[in-house]
Amino acid sequence: MSVTTDWRQAAYIAGQAADARVNVELETEGTTLNIGPQHPATHGTLRIVVRLDGEQVVWAEPVMGYMHRGYEKLTEVRTYPQITTLINRIDWLGHFANEVPFILAAEKLMGVEAPPRAQWIRTIFFEMARISNVALFLGDMGVQLGAITPVFYAFRDREHVLNLMEAATGGRFHPNYDRIGGLKEDLPKGWVDECKGVMKRMRGFCDELDDLLLGNEIFQARTRGIGVIPKAVGLSYGVSGSNIRASGVDWDLRRDSESPLAWKSCDWKVWTHPDGDSFARYWVRLQETREATKIVDQLLDSLPAGPIMAKVPRIIKVPAGEAWEHTENPLGEMGYYVVSQGGLGPIRVKIRSASFNNISITPWLLRGVYVPDVITILASLYFILGDIDR
Amino acid sequence: MPDDETPSTEPETPAEPTEPEAPTESAEAPAEPTEPEAPAESAEAPPTDPTPEPEPTPEPDPLLDPILAELRQRLGNGIVGSEVAGGDIWVRVDRASWKAAAEACRDMGFDYFCFLSGLDWLNNPNLSAEKVWDPEGGPEALPVPTGDWTTGVAGGETRFQVFARLYSITTHLGITLKADLDDENPSVESWTEVYRGADWHEREAWEMYGFDFVGHPGLRHIYLPTQFEGYPLRKDFPLLAREVKPWPGLVDLEPMPGEDEPAPTGDDPAADGAEVAAETAEATTEGGE
Repeated sequence: MSVTTDWRQAAYIAGQAADARVNVELETEGTTLNIGPQHPATHGTLRIVVRLDGEQVVWAEPVMGYMHRGYEKLTEVRTYPQITTLINRIDWLGHFANEVPFILAAEKLMGVEAPPRAQWIRTIFFEMARISNVALFLGDMGVQLGAITPVFYAFRDREHVLNLMEAATGGRFHPNYDRIGGLKEDLPKGWVDECKGVMKRMRGFCDELDDLLLGNEIFQARTRGIGVIPKAVGLSYGVSGSNIRASGVDWDLRRDSESPLAWKSCDWKVWTHPDGDSFARYWVRLQETREATKIVDQLLDSLPAGPIMAKVPRIIKVPAGEAWEHTENPLGEMGYYVVSQGGLGPIRVKIRSASFNNISITPWLLRGVYVPDVITILASLYFILGDIDR
Repeated sequence: MPDDETPSTEPETPAEPTEPEAPTESAEAPAEPTEPEAPAESAEAPPTDPTPEPEPTPEPDPLLDPILAELRQRLGNGIVGSEVAGGDIWVRVDRASWKAAAEACRDMGFDYFCFLSGLDWLNNPNLSAEKVWDPEGGPEALPVPTGDWTTGVAGGETRFQVFARLYSITTHLGITLKADLDDENPSVESWTEVYRGADWHEREAWEMYGFDFVGHPGLRHIYLPTQFEGYPLRKDFPLLAREVKPWPGLVDLEPMPGEDEPAPTGDDPAADGAEVAAETAEATTEGGE
């Protein structure tokens, strides 16, 4: 390639080239771009192959399986108590929330119900898992859009919630605290008061992010109108949780299912947003974190006394049958379809994880958007790779 | 049947099974294509009394019974089994009505697609980590599935079933649909035109169970490498982790010091109840001391 130093000649060539492109209606050569498997927006190892026309995506295809651990196969060769160790790791930021629907399904088959105190503490930990999970999203979304500060706030305040989890369960990320018929152990002394302080702190964190991001012009310009999921399309893809509530669907399993957990005894609100765009998804999650702190506060005030474990045999055998239980996890609807034939372990556990369906909409959603918006949309859909790959 | 999952196998059937127990039955079931009738007959008995405690008159469910009635009206003879119990509903449809069932449910207001997957009703591999497969023997040494399986809620006549769950966000009711698939050639119509979310779930079921979804736009691997052979979630696919070393989790099933009887292996509920009583009695005595 020869380099011309005559600027007039260069301008002439550039003009000719521009004319030629205009004449064929700005046709450019397509590019295939691999986003991931190692990309901060993917929360793990999701790879998205996008076919670009200029800056615009014409076709996108997520490639999964880099973290497939075969949990559905592994559950078939384990006993029920051993399975909670596995399923902790599905959505590793929602740790405790993964255990609950499986334990509920096993309890349903066994006809066991945990005592009220256990249900209360379960609900508290469930909401704390939501807070620590969604807090990371609230900070991380800022990083994806170029604002570094929120993620530091998120990690700073989330640590307090994780410390509380560790104090009670012994595990920061993998509590393995839920048992068929109740809980592993009771709360430690002084935990309730400390938890109230942390909840207050988390509300302050939400206000901080509200100030930092929601009113920010750049944040709004980057998120408003980006990645709009219409209600009917979202439901057809099985999108759930905050993602579908941000599309105006007033559906929350904490309120709308017959769960034995204690949500019904609290006063709280299901937030929805009519827009369905990335901004709406962020907004809904921020409100939900606030609501979660309120739920925890109310449950701490009304925490009943009593045992934390129902009478169950040491070696647990679940009667034959099939049960489906689902809960409103931080990422959306998570459910387990447990098939038992009366043995020590289930013969089949279908794990319905939220992110799998939430991400299955991306080939449809990414079509026609610009490259920077791909990152916005992926960040706002909020998935955890372990929750996709299982 | 095992010939299907191991494409590299020679045409010779597993003629030299290493397992001494019941070689005739295990060889019969996969070898002769006419034989599946016999297990089907034997498995047909359970649908008349599907559960150990068949309630003669199940209490009517005011929310779910109308759904079943409407589905019967829409699908007619397509429904071959159903159960309403514990606030949940299962409907088993004919293989040919699988897609029609999805359309009917969608029209009845089940607008949310929850999941779709498969079931293999063969028995689990032994929990106590006994080797079921000698890798030195190659694919021919794979365990031969026996024909004595029992199917679950809403019955079933075949080893493979496809099942899916739908939900209505307005009535907050869910429904589980099942369909029997042909054991030799499991194939059913795709739901992708009815529910868009079925796309990935069908890819997963295709990859994990080998079900063919007719009309699916692209059945490609979703988790596993493209060259992967076999269908991992089928019960006769060996879990290699268990084959190469003993299972450390076995200690959970071993008796505690002081317990003389070993971990239970039987399935009768009476023994279970006795065990519960023994456990509680033990707990109280320990507390007394």
